[in-house]
Amino acid sequence: MSIDRRKFLGVAAGASALVLAGKASVDALASGSGPKQGGTLANTRWAMVIDPAKCLKDKGCTACIAACDKVHNIPDFKNPKHAVKWIWKEPFKDAFPGQEDEYTTEQYKDKPFILMCNHCNNPPCVRVCPTQATFRREDGIVMMDWHRCIGCRYCMAACPYGSRSFNWLDPRPHIAHLDTDFPTRTKGVVEKCTFCEERLARGEGPACVEACEAKAMVFGNLDDPDSEVRHLLKARFSIRRNPELGTQPEIYYLV
Amino acid sequence: MRDKGLIFTGLVLFLVLITFPVWYDLAAGTTSKGPDPKLPTAEKDCVAPLEYMRTSHMDLLLSWRDQVVRQDRLTYKAFDGKTYDMRLTGTCLKCHTNKEEFCDRCHTYVGVAPYCWECHIDPALAQRSRG
Repeated sequence: MSIDRRKFLGVAAGASALVLAGKASVDALASGSGPKQGGTLANTRWAMVIDPAKCLKDKGCTACIAACDKVHNIPDFKNPKHAVKWIWKEPFKDAFPGQEDEYTTEQYKDKPFILMCNHCNNPPCVRVCPTQATFRREDGIVMMDWHRCIGCRYCMAACPYGSRSFNWLDPRPHIAHLDTDFPTRTKGVVEKCTFCEERLARGEGPACVEACEAKAMVFGNLDDPDSEVRHLLKARFSIRRNPELGTQPEIYYLV
Repeated sequence: MRDKGLIFTGLVLFLVLITFPVWYDLAAGTTSKGPDPKLPTAEKDCVAPLEYMRTSHMDLLLSWRDQVVRQDRLTYKAFDGKTYDMRLTGTCLKCHTNKEEFCDRCHTYVGVAPYCWECHIDPALAQRSRG
């Protein structure tokens, strides 16, 4: 087969046009699959303000814990050594070590405080995770990707708040009511509070906040100066757990 | 060719023996039997064409997983312009209601054991175990 100059130029032009078109479509696909920039995530920073005085008024109420357990398929292993907790209670002296003194009022001293993952702005758990199974989202939620967790428990060692639990056993048989909308975890996976990101995506608030009849918990966006959390933090003095560690917790306790 | 008989008998015997698995399978009737997954009858359209889903559904699911968990993107625009929630139980199992007759049949046939269901819950199975 012979080919003259004119034909060769024609074929070459056609081929290079095809290559360019292919590259353009690949670029378009690549830019479409990147993580969400701007939009709603970037100007959102989720936080929670807890009013312990309101919480303590209702003695022995565990509505928030029960609500969380139910929607997240949290197992109850009975054995406290195996306990899996996303939200739990701890007396003041353990929740705020170093901030108690011998005159800490009776009102607080041994009273249970509601604790959960602090969704730190500077989360030590994220720094140590070797697989990036835990990561900080743009909206401040310290998220878990259970698909990636290899169960090394570095994050548990790094977290100064004990917010993370490890599944030493298969959790499935220990879940009272399976919610088919939410996955369970497996043996060998770490889990913790995710600020109900699956509910936020549907436009609902966290389950614990909705379950609290005393309205002791307020959830909102710190980046919005008109949000209820910002108003509360402006109006009243608040403390955070172990602020000296520099983790910048996003759970505020009103005094 | 003094040993003609011996040689040809040997050859035939050899051929029969080496092709024995084929005869055996044909006799047992397992060769032509595919996994035969049960497709839903109510819904005709999937999130991607049949051929793509057959070969690459695992890639699609992995990309859905990463987008939902890591990038906070929740909906998927299908090839036909429809949008779907990227959810295994909520979207896939809504049409493919019977996991055992759909997912498991192929996976058992090809001998793979995906671990989706160690965490994600098959609603039908949960219903059954509840009684």
